[in-house]
Amino acid sequence: MLKTTQSTAVPQTTPENRSAPAFFIDPEGIAMIWRRDMVRLWRQRSRLLGAVARALVWLFALGFGLRGSLGSIAGFNYEQFVFPGVIAMTVIFSGLQSAISIVYDREFGFLKEVQVAPTPRSTLVIGKCLGGASSSTVQALIILVFAPFASVALNPLNVLATVVATFVTALAIAGLGVVIAMWITDFENFGTIQNFITLPLYMFSGAIFPTRLVPPWLHAILLLNPLTYGVNAIRGVLLGYEIASVPLNLAILLGFTVVMMAIAIWMSRREV
Amino acid sequence: MTITVEKLSRSFGEIQAVKGIDLDVDRGETFGFLGPNGAGKSTTIKMLCTLLHPTSGRAWINGYDIEREASQVRQSIGIVFQDPTLDEYLTAEQNLYYHCMIYHTPRKTRDTRIREVLQLVGLDERRKDVVKTFSGGMKRRLEVARGLLHEPQTLFLDEPTVGLDPQTRRSVWEHVLRLRERTGLTIFMTTHYMEEAEYCDRIAIIDHGQIVALDTPAALKRMVGQDLVRLTTSEPERAAAMLEQHTGHAVRREGDAIYVEGENGQALAANLIRQLTLADIDVLGVNVTAPTLEDVFVHLTGRVIRDESASAKDRMGSRLRSRGRLRR
Repeated sequence: MLKTTQSTAVPQTTPENRSAPAFFIDPEGIAMIWRRDMVRLWRQRSRLLGAVARALVWLFALGFGLRGSLGSIAGFNYEQFVFPGVIAMTVIFSGLQSAISIVYDREFGFLKEVQVAPTPRSTLVIGKCLGGASSSTVQALIILVFAPFASVALNPLNVLATVVATFVTALAIAGLGVVIAMWITDFENFGTIQNFITLPLYMFSGAIFPTRLVPPWLHAILLLNPLTYGVNAIRGVLLGYEIASVPLNLAILLGFTVVMMAIAIWMSRREV
Repeated sequence: MTITVEKLSRSFGEIQAVKGIDLDVDRGETFGFLGPNGAGKSTTIKMLCTLLHPTSGRAWINGYDIEREASQVRQSIGIVFQDPTLDEYLTAEQNLYYHCMIYHTPRKTRDTRIREVLQLVGLDERRKDVVKTFSGGMKRRLEVARGLLHEPQTLFLDEPTVGLDPQTRRSVWEHVLRLRERTGLTIFMTTHYMEEAEYCDRIAIIDHGQIVALDTPAALKRMVGQDLVRLTTSEPERAAAMLEQHTGHAVRREGDAIYVEGENGQALAANLIRQLTLADIDVLGVNVTAPTLEDVFVHLTGRVIRDESASAKDRMGSRLRSRGRLRR
C-alpha cells in the first residue's frame, strides 16, 4: 500500500528508474501539501492573530457578559463552560477555511500543478486535512494561553489531551471542508457557501450552550454536526465535563474523517 | 518516437472536441499545435498529459500508454500551462522544492538541480524572492524551469506566452530555444501565435478538432504559393508587358503596382529590377513578401486566427485581486 521511497544514492536521471507512485498513499506528496500550508500559515501570521483575536472576543464578551445572567452549568461558570467552545470555534473557522482554500488553488492555478503530478488523488485530500488540522491546533495552543483568565486549570496532561482532541476535531472539519471544496465549482458562490456553512456549524454544536436542555429537534441537529463531538471531546479533556466518553467522541470524529476523505477522493476524479 | 497518437478522440456530451487525430513526434523535435481557440488544442494536450480520458483512440508518450501508465507518463513529462500554476505567496525556490517533493526527485540532488534550472532561465538571483514580485515573463520562465526539474524527456507548453507582451514573449522564447539546444528535449506546444509556430520543426494545424495539415513551416507555406514581389515603376503598363515576355513569370498589374510571384523572392526582385533598368524603366519601389502561416491557415480554413483577449476567468481573477478581497 505504501509507496517505496527512493533509497539508492546514485542519482537517477531516467524516469524509467524512478519509483512511480502509482500506489494509494504518497507520503512525500502529502508532506508537500502539508508543508506548503504551514509555510503559508507562517507567512500570513497576521491572519493567525486575527483568528485568535476573534476567539478571544467571543470568550470575553460571551463568557463574562453572560456569566452573571446564567447560573452555573453542571458546576461550571459560563466562561469556563464556553472556553472549550471557543477552541472549537477556531477549529471550525480555520479548519474549514484552510481545506476550502483548495477552491483558491483551483482558481489561481496551483491545484493543476498537483493534479498533473505523478501522485495519487488521495495526496491532496489527506495533505489538506492534515494541514487544516495542524493550523487549527496551533491556534488552539495560542488560545490555551488565555485559559487562566477563564479559570480553566491547565496541566501538561490536559494540554496534551486538548492538542489531540483539537487535532482530531480539526481533521474531521477539514475533511468536511475538502468535500465542500470539491463540490463548489463556481468560485463566485464560494463566499456565500462558506458563510452559510461555518456559522451554523459553530452555533449548532453545543459550543456556546449545553446540549442537554435543548428541544428534541435541535438535539437531532446537534447530533448530525461533527463539531458537536469535537466540542464534547475538548470539553471532556479540559473540564472533565463529559457527554459520552472522550474516546467515543474521538472515534466518531475519526470515522467521520475517513468517510469525508473517501468522498473527497472519489469526487476529485481525474476529469475536472 | 517520443509521442505517438492514434485516432485520438474526445467528446463532451454532443460536442466532439477532438475527432480522431493521428500524429507522431520524434525525439528532440519541437512540434507545434496551431489553431484558433476552441479548435481542440487544449483538449488534446490535456489527454496527452493524462488530465483527461480520451473517448476513443490511443496515445503513447515516451513509450508509456496515457491510459494504462498515466503515472509513468506524468513522471516523464514537464508541463507549462496556459494559466499560471505557481504559488505566488512562496519564493521561487520554495515553488521548485515542492515540485521536487511531489515528483519524488532524488533528495540529494534537489538543491543543485534547483540552482541549475534557475540558471537556465536566468532567475538564479531571484530565487529567494516571493513569486508575487515577479513580472509575467519571469513567472512564465519560472514555470518552464519547474517543468524541467524532474528531468522530463518531453516538455509540454500550452500557449506558453499567452497574455505576455511581445517583448516578454521573445525573451521567454529565447530561453526555450536555448533550452532545446542544450538538452535535446522534445517540445510539444500549442499556440495561436503565428510567429511562435515558426520556431517549430513541424506544425500540425488543427481546426474543429481535426488536423487539417501537418508539415514543416516551410512546406506548409509552399502550399499557399510562392514569394510575391511588388514593384512600382515609372511606366507600369510597359513594364508589365516587358516582364511578362522576358521572365516567364505570371505578372499581375494593379494600378501603378506590378506583382510577380516566384520562388526566392529576393533573387527574383533583383533580377526584375535589372531587366527593367536595361529596358530604361525606372524602378520606384520594391517590396518582397513571403507567405506566412497566417496565409496557410486562411487557405486551409477560410478564416483568420484571432488573438483572443484574456478569458473571462482571468479577468475576474484580476478584478478580485485588485479589490483586495482575496485571502489566501
